[in-house]
Amino acid sequence: MKLLFEESKKGRGNAFLPAADTGSYVPDEKYLRKSALHLPEMAEVDIDRHYTQLAKQTHGVNDGFYPLGSCTMKYNPRIDEETASLPGFTQIHPLQPLSSVQGCMEVLYRSEKLLCEITGMDAMMFAPAAGAHGEYTGLLLIRKYHQERKDFERVNIIVPDSAHGTNPASAVMAGFKVVNIPSNDKGGVDLDALRNAVGKDTAGLMLTNPNTLGLFDPNILEITKIVHEAGGLCYYDGANLNAIMGRVRPGDMGFDCVHLNLHKTFATPHGGGGPGSGPVGCKAFLQRYLPCHKVEKKEEGYVFTDPEMSMGQVRSYYGNFLVVVKALTYILTLGKEGIREASGKAVLNANYMMHRLKEKYEVAYDQTCMHEFVLSLEGLKKQTGVSAMDIAKGSLDFGIHPPTMYFPLIVHEALMFEPTETESKEVIDEAVKIYLDLYDKALSDPEYLHSAPHHCPIGRPDETKAAREPVLKYEFND
Amino acid sequence: MFKNPEELKYTKTHEWVKEEDGLWVVGLTDYAQDALGDIVFVNLPEVGDEVKAGEVFSDVESVKAVSDVYSPVSGVVAEVNEAIVDDPSLVNGDCYGAWMIKVKDVSGTDDLLDAKAYEEVCAQEA
Repeated sequence: MKLLFEESKKGRGNAFLPAADTGSYVPDEKYLRKSALHLPEMAEVDIDRHYTQLAKQTHGVNDGFYPLGSCTMKYNPRIDEETASLPGFTQIHPLQPLSSVQGCMEVLYRSEKLLCEITGMDAMMFAPAAGAHGEYTGLLLIRKYHQERKDFERVNIIVPDSAHGTNPASAVMAGFKVVNIPSNDKGGVDLDALRNAVGKDTAGLMLTNPNTLGLFDPNILEITKIVHEAGGLCYYDGANLNAIMGRVRPGDMGFDCVHLNLHKTFATPHGGGGPGSGPVGCKAFLQRYLPCHKVEKKEEGYVFTDPEMSMGQVRSYYGNFLVVVKALTYILTLGKEGIREASGKAVLNANYMMHRLKEKYEVAYDQTCMHEFVLSLEGLKKQTGVSAMDIAKGSLDFGIHPPTMYFPLIVHEALMFEPTETESKEVIDEAVKIYLDLYDKALSDPEYLHSAPHHCPIGRPDETKAAREPVLKYEFND
Repeated sequence: MFKNPEELKYTKTHEWVKEEDGLWVVGLTDYAQDALGDIVFVNLPEVGDEVKAGEVFSDVESVKAVSDVYSPVSGVVAEVNEAIVDDPSLVNGDCYGAWMIKVKDVSGTDDLLDAKAYEEVCAQEA
């Protein structure tokens, strides 16, 4: 399929704008650009067809089952889009007088209160643009905390080997050293390894609970206690909040700060590159280090304040505001009971699907799971040569988005499923049948799966070439 | 079957090592490059860095995942193979030619295996 630049024809376009009646203005020579702008010139119909064509080659949650583990690809109710489209929220400017955007301020204020209630935190702010940005901001909180206390020795962040890849990356970006600790045979944190890892150099621990195996760590109170006793802080990665919201709170597990992925857990379509929202929440003792521009309620109305010892600004203005509007709508439409029901059903769906797939597949950690579970296809691969990748590719032919593959790293030939609360029993039953059939196909005709998918517009793009020789920009001839 | 040349020593974590002109040359085994799949990125230490036997000195990224590489010996990095940084496919193509680092001032080694013992390790994992 052609790129917009390749479809461009000089002079083509749509003259919908009336001629300007104000005369033209040419800026000073030194401000003029030296190279051509190269905006594609196209008719509206061609632009429309281009994007429709692109959309047809993708698979979204509105197309079908999308069990991409750890990504919480659940359905985003239309009402959330509707409120986020209200002109009072869209037709605003970040610098207009606060008296004219009090409603928007109230959205941020009320969202903060509700999300603090859900997470057990005392304060939250919405500047970070997505999850990894939230992690980074949370780690800067931890850093600031130790530095203010002149505790400069604390340079290590402890990360379990089942962590999301962004955790160690964020820790390094924030100036820490990463200490990896192994998981125990139940998939949780190895307490002895943790005890050996903590010390005077421990700045903190980063943890997702439930972890990327979809398992809730039953030792969580002991884990946070060990870190606190060593003088470190505990950071909660909110990636898997969908499993526990309305049931247990990171703040009660002993965590000092969290980030959430509003786009995952609270209803914004994601996976296409944004916009997301990764608000950071913390306990009261960290509040004074939060980034700038936090909403406070005063007698005269809502105002922006900068925390006393703020780390400064982590993003322009106030974050991706409309994502917060969707999150607030989502929380208010579900209500306290609905939030609790959503996490319950997400966990029930995952367990149901896991138990049905166990008929043929091997579960990596065979125990009650939370919102997601991991299969290991190591045995099947040894037996038939059919890999996790082949099964995932095979499922594409049946209109299913592949589960997360080859992650977490501690499980070989991993396939990680997260059906979410969105799906009905019928959809899950149908998907289970497809996966069980694919298993049989692996035994009877491995070659067929090596070359799957057979009916998709794109089958097996050359991932190796894409990684070794990435083409990241379009080269113009002039 | 994986190639495990007789003249090399191996680790359980799938690195090979050999002594050559007073330096210890380290690389990834055939089993490792096969299990990783197409390698797309190699991160090497710098000349002068210390490495410790049994500890991570490098990471390699394949289409599947990022994996740590462990040093078979303790010592100081004398040379690094920049060629595999520029073209990681060399490791998949010829893993025993595409060495990763050469180590000097070697003070100790991990438990090293001969080709036969290493073959058994591979057989257990495969």
